[in-house]
Amino acid sequence: MPTQFADLPWLTILIVVPTVVAALIWLVKPLRRAARPIGLATSVLVLIGVALMAGAFETADAAEVQFTQTVDWISAIGASYAVGVDGMGLTLVALAALLVPVVLIAGWNEVTLPSGIAADRAEDSLAYRRAGFVSLVLVLESLMIAIFAAQDLFLFYVIFEAMLIPVYFLIGVYGGPNRRGAALKFLLYSLAGGLVMLAGVIAVYFQTDGGPGTYLLANLGDIASDNPTLQMWLFLSFFIAFAVKAPMFPVHTWLPDAAAQATPGTSTLLVGVLDKVGTFGMIAICLPLFPGAAATAAPVIIVLAIISIIYGGLVAIGQNDLMRMIAFSSVSHFGFIVMGVFVGTQTAMVGAMLYMVAHGVTIAALFLISGFLTQRGGSQDMRTYSGMQRVTRVLAGTWLFAGLASLALPGLSGFVPEYLVLIGSFEAHWAYGAFAVIGVVLSALYILLAYQRVFTGPVPEAGAPVELTGEALDVPDRAGLKDLTGREKWAIVPLALVVLFLGLYPAPVLELLSGVADQFAAILGSAS
Amino acid sequence: MDTLNLAWLLVAIPLVSSAVLLLLGRGSDAWGHWLGVLASAASAVLAIVILVQLLGLGADDRTANVHLFDWIPAGDLTVSAGLLVDPLSVTFAILITFVGTLIHIYAVAYMSHDVDRRRFFAYLNLFIAAMLVLVLADSYALLFLGWEGVGLASYLLIGFWNQNTEYAVAAKKAFVMNRVGDMGMLVAMMAMFATFGAVDFDTVFGAADGAGEGAMTLIGLMLVLAACGKSAQFPLQAWLGDAMAGPTPVSALIHAATMVTAGVYLIVRSGPIFEQTPTAQLVAAIVGAVTLLFGAIVGCAKDDIKKVLAASTMSQIGYMMLAAGLGPIGYAFAIFHLITHGFFKAGMFLGAGSVMHGMGDEVNMRGFGNLSRYMKVTWITFMAGWLAIIGIPPFSGFWSKDKIIESAFVGEGWQPWVFGTVALVGAGITAFYMSRLFFMTFHGKARWNDGKNDLPGPERTPHESPALMTVPMIVLAIGAIGLGGLLTIGDSFVTWLEPVTGHVEHHEPVLPIPVIMVTTIVLVLLGAGLAWRQYAASAVPVAPPTGSVLTRAARADLYQDAVNEGVFMRPGQHLTRTLVYTDTAVVDGAVNGLGSGTLGWGERLRRLQNGFVRSYAAVMLIGVIGALVVVLASRV
Repeated sequence: MPTQFADLPWLTILIVVPTVVAALIWLVKPLRRAARPIGLATSVLVLIGVALMAGAFETADAAEVQFTQTVDWISAIGASYAVGVDGMGLTLVALAALLVPVVLIAGWNEVTLPSGIAADRAEDSLAYRRAGFVSLVLVLESLMIAIFAAQDLFLFYVIFEAMLIPVYFLIGVYGGPNRRGAALKFLLYSLAGGLVMLAGVIAVYFQTDGGPGTYLLANLGDIASDNPTLQMWLFLSFFIAFAVKAPMFPVHTWLPDAAAQATPGTSTLLVGVLDKVGTFGMIAICLPLFPGAAATAAPVIIVLAIISIIYGGLVAIGQNDLMRMIAFSSVSHFGFIVMGVFVGTQTAMVGAMLYMVAHGVTIAALFLISGFLTQRGGSQDMRTYSGMQRVTRVLAGTWLFAGLASLALPGLSGFVPEYLVLIGSFEAHWAYGAFAVIGVVLSALYILLAYQRVFTGPVPEAGAPVELTGEALDVPDRAGLKDLTGREKWAIVPLALVVLFLGLYPAPVLELLSGVADQFAAILGSAS
Repeated sequence: MDTLNLAWLLVAIPLVSSAVLLLLGRGSDAWGHWLGVLASAASAVLAIVILVQLLGLGADDRTANVHLFDWIPAGDLTVSAGLLVDPLSVTFAILITFVGTLIHIYAVAYMSHDVDRRRFFAYLNLFIAAMLVLVLADSYALLFLGWEGVGLASYLLIGFWNQNTEYAVAAKKAFVMNRVGDMGMLVAMMAMFATFGAVDFDTVFGAADGAGEGAMTLIGLMLVLAACGKSAQFPLQAWLGDAMAGPTPVSALIHAATMVTAGVYLIVRSGPIFEQTPTAQLVAAIVGAVTLLFGAIVGCAKDDIKKVLAASTMSQIGYMMLAAGLGPIGYAFAIFHLITHGFFKAGMFLGAGSVMHGMGDEVNMRGFGNLSRYMKVTWITFMAGWLAIIGIPPFSGFWSKDKIIESAFVGEGWQPWVFGTVALVGAGITAFYMSRLFFMTFHGKARWNDGKNDLPGPERTPHESPALMTVPMIVLAIGAIGLGGLLTIGDSFVTWLEPVTGHVEHHEPVLPIPVIMVTTIVLVLLGAGLAWRQYAASAVPVAPPTGSVLTRAARADLYQDAVNEGVFMRPGQHLTRTLVYTDTAVVDGAVNGLGSGTLGWGERLRRLQNGFVRSYAAVMLIGVIGALVVVLASRV
């Protein structure tokens, strides 16, 4: 390994740079007009940085935390600034770094002016709004990298809560007509979860000897092992916060609202990366800190996960709103991930980890391409579309491609992880696999039904009114919609390449994950 | 072994061609179809080269494993992408690429007026590539990639004209019903991993006889379920008729000659598993027998020429499934019939396409008649297919179907009598409905408006199709005439497959072979004669007669869709709607209410009492029971 690379404080640089740029764009007025290119350049630089870091990562020791950096932070409570990544952290950091530039390209013209702005101030206002959007996305990027790299429980908690702020504004300022309600709902759910977790974080402190480095994950492990009841309470305080984030049935209901109201780019980051913090936390925090409680609760959690798979799929089938459909499909997919985490076999665990990355990419493609459509068509209601395959051919083709990845067609990103989770779950208990496998039929239904409703059928005649029972909709002429622009295509190309790569040759990623999976699956295995 | 290592090119060539055609888009409209033909032809040539090389080796050396790369190195489970080149897979490769290329050529002319012809060829190439992966894979996981890949190609091609909503629905129906079968395949692989720790053929087959019968039965039954989905066997048969929405070359290639026979391939390939589980074998045989009759009965009542052919495909695959369910004595004959059927059925579909081409896309046979006068080549080539499928010696189908009927009569207890009789009766019914199709289309009086007679409907000017269409039909007709006999000489085909299917000593059927053979031919002649009297010698009414209860049931596919709708779709839709409602009104409400204090709770409770309480309680109850069951089960 080239040591000069390995010795750099990679993670800290990657965490700091986007936030500094965000502050500059936001505060320095002349930079605002160039916010989008500056933001894109920064995110591309971060992506290159992550790629270099990955190159310097010792794959053979993927289960070890690498690129560590530890500094005392609040010594009174033993909190440290400690960062570092193992194979799983690295892949999730890479996922975040990939999706940010994609979202910025895809959403290049997404931010528009609200009505009622005077014409002479329009240009300034628009630049201001766009700079705000880019800044928030960059701040979010810093936090996303930081949370997957955090090696200190207190630091993890602080970032966990801090992430709410940019997301709240991204939904509440830049979203659709009911954005404020959706943002508030998101905030309340997350705060409730975070509050419970705070109690857990504090309680953990009292189970230790205190002193510097108390909260370092490396120093924590099997907390309150002599008191199973207490450990269960502690476990639940974290698990509930993560379940809200993930989101799992029955605390998933904030997600469809948020996804329907947020811009497609925000939804992409929200579901593609932020929700993974939930499942990441279940693996990296719940399992090593509370192994006994995790093993005890596992059967119940697995049942909830299976309910999420089936319930999410069924409700997705019944949606009329395209974005809500995608959100519910994610509830179903997260069910697979959570099941993979808690069944306690190495195969399912590595599947769950790969699933996080694969789902992030797939869902990004689905949200963004659907966004291209709904922005053109002026409606998210699938019933207002028909025959779009004949009108917007590339858009339809890429949507189907992303949809097929989502329904786990072999050869595309969704398959290998779902396969591993199913195989590994059956290994733990036949019933887990037998129930969860129903998800593969449901996913075929909700994806292909949506495709059928939106993209097939007769092309509406130019000027023909869109008929929708009970509602009068003012929508643009369907037959005249334009296909994807060059910029939009280029936003999708990297996603499509990763979808193929993960489907056909996932070996490099699996190498990063299988050792880590061994380790975490063994925790559950030995505790139960 | 050089050429064998190039087997991956069989897949790569059509795959790359497909990708090029899709990515270049409109830019390749002018020549795209020829690239598609070329790619398929190149694969065919390579397949023949590989075949020749295998033939040059001793029987025991005709198996090669070609390792490509590690596909899923996940620790405990490791799956490599590798190809298994052996007599069985190469037989399929030849069928797929050879018949595939003929159909590609045919489609150049058949689709010449379609603005999306290039896209059509991209999908056809994708299909060829996926189908080759399916048969060449050396593990169930890679086989599954091909398995779902052909499902995707089938979906895209059934829905090729999806501006028609019905066709789009048919495409989705095919994919979803296939997915139900695919669940079986997934569960089979889960059980394999739990039992053997691997999903590759070598490990699984090597250890199969040491594993318990319980696990083998589960795996076997799940594989049968998978086969039912892909091969349109009862109870997952309902998608095939609707799949005729696809352009006719698709029906010929995917829904007759190759993809729908993949279930038979799966069972024959999994022979070592089925040997350990008589139960799963018996189920496969029963599925085959039921579907054989089901398809034959439906075929008697349909007036749409493509739907008759689809029903007949179902029924013929029922024969193959029955043979595969008989175990090693049937494997080689199942594949033999699969190959001859691939030729004669593809030929007849192309013939049907040629008829449609000449008759303004009409598919209703009641609007045909006397077409032998106008399309001689179509008529004669179709006749070859017709004689082959009803099993008149020495046409192809006689040799292969006769062997299956004989094998069905082998065994002890009730089984040979039941399976044998079903196979025998099926042969008679097949002769009836295929002759009905043939006579209604090509003989009797013309029932279409030629501009001079007073018949209703648009004016038709039937004409022979261009050479690009007739030449493939002629080649397939030659196969329908001679292939069966040729491969029977010296038992060459059965011997060729022996490295895979194993050597089987001759078994005596419960009836003497000459008796079976004569009875078959008598039944076939009876069926064909009946059809002649009713559909050639006497006038065929243009409007379908009301018919008996059985006819009406058969016309409605024995109510398969009504059953599916009543049992799955409507309850499913109801459940979905209830859940969507519950999600907003109750789950969301309850969680929101949890945060909004007493006042909120009061209101929620009031709302709960207003009627959703029942659905809510039901959902909770199901959840709790499900949870209990799984928790208890996992503790056992």
